[in-house]
Amino acid sequence: MTTTSESDLSTRGATRLLPSTDPVRLLDEQGRRTGDDDRYPAPSDTDLLEMYRRMVVGRRFDVQATALTKQGRLAVYPSARGQEACQVSAVMAVRDDDWVFPTYRESMALVARGIDPVQVLTLLRGDWHCGYDPVATRTAPQCTPLATQTVHAAGLAYGESLQGRDTVAVAFIGDGATSEGDFHEAVNFAAVFKAPVVFLVQNNRYAISVPLAKQTAAPSLAYKGVGYGVESEQVDGNDPVAMLAVMRRAVEHARSGHGPFLVEAHTYRMDAHTNADDPTRYRDAAEVEAWAGRDPLTRLEAYLRSAGVLDDAGAEAVRAQAESFAADLRTRMNTDPDLDPLELFEHVYATPTTQLLEQREQVRAEMEAEPDAEGTAEEDHR
Amino acid sequence: MSTTFAKALNTALRDAMSEDERVLVLGEDVGRLGGVFRVTDGLMDQFGEKRCFDTPLAEAGIVGFAVGLAMSGMRPVVEMQFDAFAYPAFEQITSHVAKLRNRTRGAVGMPIVVRVPFAGGIGGVEHHSDSSEAYYAHTPGLKVVTPATVEDAYSLLREAIADPDPVVFMEPKRLYWSSADVELPAAAPPFGQAVVRRRGNDVTLVAYGPTVPVAIEAAEAAREEGWDVEVVDLRTVVPFDDETVLASVRRTGRCVVLQEAQGFAGVGAEIAARVQERAFHSLHAPVLRVSGFDIPYPAPKLEHVHLPDVDRVLDAVARLQWDDEPDTRWTRGLDGHGLTGAGLGGVA
Repeated sequence: MTTTSESDLSTRGATRLLPSTDPVRLLDEQGRRTGDDDRYPAPSDTDLLEMYRRMVVGRRFDVQATALTKQGRLAVYPSARGQEACQVSAVMAVRDDDWVFPTYRESMALVARGIDPVQVLTLLRGDWHCGYDPVATRTAPQCTPLATQTVHAAGLAYGESLQGRDTVAVAFIGDGATSEGDFHEAVNFAAVFKAPVVFLVQNNRYAISVPLAKQTAAPSLAYKGVGYGVESEQVDGNDPVAMLAVMRRAVEHARSGHGPFLVEAHTYRMDAHTNADDPTRYRDAAEVEAWAGRDPLTRLEAYLRSAGVLDDAGAEAVRAQAESFAADLRTRMNTDPDLDPLELFEHVYATPTTQLLEQREQVRAEMEAEPDAEGTAEEDHR
Repeated sequence: MSTTFAKALNTALRDAMSEDERVLVLGEDVGRLGGVFRVTDGLMDQFGEKRCFDTPLAEAGIVGFAVGLAMSGMRPVVEMQFDAFAYPAFEQITSHVAKLRNRTRGAVGMPIVVRVPFAGGIGGVEHHSDSSEAYYAHTPGLKVVTPATVEDAYSLLREAIADPDPVVFMEPKRLYWSSADVELPAAAPPFGQAVVRRRGNDVTLVAYGPTVPVAIEAAEAAREEGWDVEVVDLRTVVPFDDETVLASVRRTGRCVVLQEAQGFAGVGAEIAARVQERAFHSLHAPVLRVSGFDIPYPAPKLEHVHLPDVDRVLDAVARLQWDDEPDTRWTRGLDGHGLTGAGLGGVA
């Protein structure tokens, strides 16, 4: 009986696929550069300053959205505070004509992508399922079923390549969802068809309350790509410099025809799964405290200050911008959306069936018979 | 010239692919093999591996991949190898294929055709003969189509591919090798239009897909008993043609719904309810359903017991003939005759 040596693996290309032994890191926890990594050239200070700006705005948005939930303006909000580096790096690594496939936790990424925050919150506000135009924004609807959107990303990326376009798709997914079958089918399909997809696994340690150790026995989620023939990497998800560097390489790998790439970002969800969840039931304060010490924003700010590209005035300007962004969002979220119940029947099929037209007519008659206080009746008084 | 049902489907795919470069065919064994029922025969040779290709063996992956392809502007036609093999894809079909138009307020349509060889009568082992149409018909956003003739196999599949919405295209396996003298391309009425396959004045027999030939045969046999049976072929379960069904029942005053699927909570129940809600005063008797039993699809040597046949249909028709004696007959041994009891409970 023979054992497989490293050189055998190498001949078969396996070592090429393996992630680094330790997560890639280019900034330490104090925000000092740890040196260079040949595979992952550090982004320019200009890019990092822009990343900082989007991360500050992203966090302010996240805090504001959490507050809006408490005020009853949102039905639910899944916070991504602490994951700013993952979310912002992913959208900064792609072009405007690339596609992203978010989950429900990617609100911050969508804001960083430039989508109107009110539209980003439409799903969570409860007035329609997807508040933005996916085609115009090249952003799929935020996906609630777990991992199903990863297969869509693979199909879209392949479809784009079939039509001669060099579009890349980035599929976000959490640690828990990597247990779902669709994730494995997506990575396998993407590999077989050499579809230009980047799978970004944000390992934030918990799937609602279930810790990673109960989710998988694998040493790292990054290894899940190797079995499918997909080059994979793990990265410190709270290191903005490493995140942008790794995501850029992953996107470039996909765009240049080498097929998919899988990135596992080690990060932490600082807040609850959603506002409906009590995280003190399943994790220690000490653990949360330890992760607070690895805050991605603090790290990037420290680096930018030491590099001389950010000073007090610069930081204050970014903060002011974030405050004005939040104030605008608050104002716009304080008005109730104008909803037309009859629209319910319009987007089931391209053309409504006769049965839907009958049901639409029933609702119309009900509305006419009982005009509600805030709607038609009020207008009638005017 | 005699054309088989399978050949009509094959020609429909070929013609659609020739006319529209966006049309793609994908699935398990659809390439070199041409599909286990040969419906995709020769497509890979003619259109290349980018237009007709084999996928990894994973149904959720196939349908989910098609969602992405559709988002990129393609018009994918996917083949699920057998009815019961499609269940892993159910989440993709119901949560995404059916809902994306709605979720995105019309911005993202899903022009996908999911072809499902379905139903029994071919002696298949377990998981190869399910009638799963009710699952799909119960899902808003999907169209559910079941051709029963060679013309419809061609025309409905062409329409399915051209449709801006997702279509679950259910192909009755036992009709694949049926044939007719048909010149393709064949024209037929569009989606949402049922067709009267046989005129009659006494009873309306509503059928779709695999039971349409059974219904026609039963109608011919009923003539010898002196009953003039009209056969309505739905063609599309969704959209459902209330108009044609109700017009027929209002004229005949009697209705039997025939489906191969298990009876409880099936499409037949929906049809019976709609007829009774909308044509009650025209009815001389309750609407009856003739269906398969409420059992997992049986092993091949017993499928003949399960499948509704001509005798069972005639039995139901016979039970509708007593206008003047509405007594205990409706409760008499119905289950033993393979009529689904559920629809009769209210009459007892």
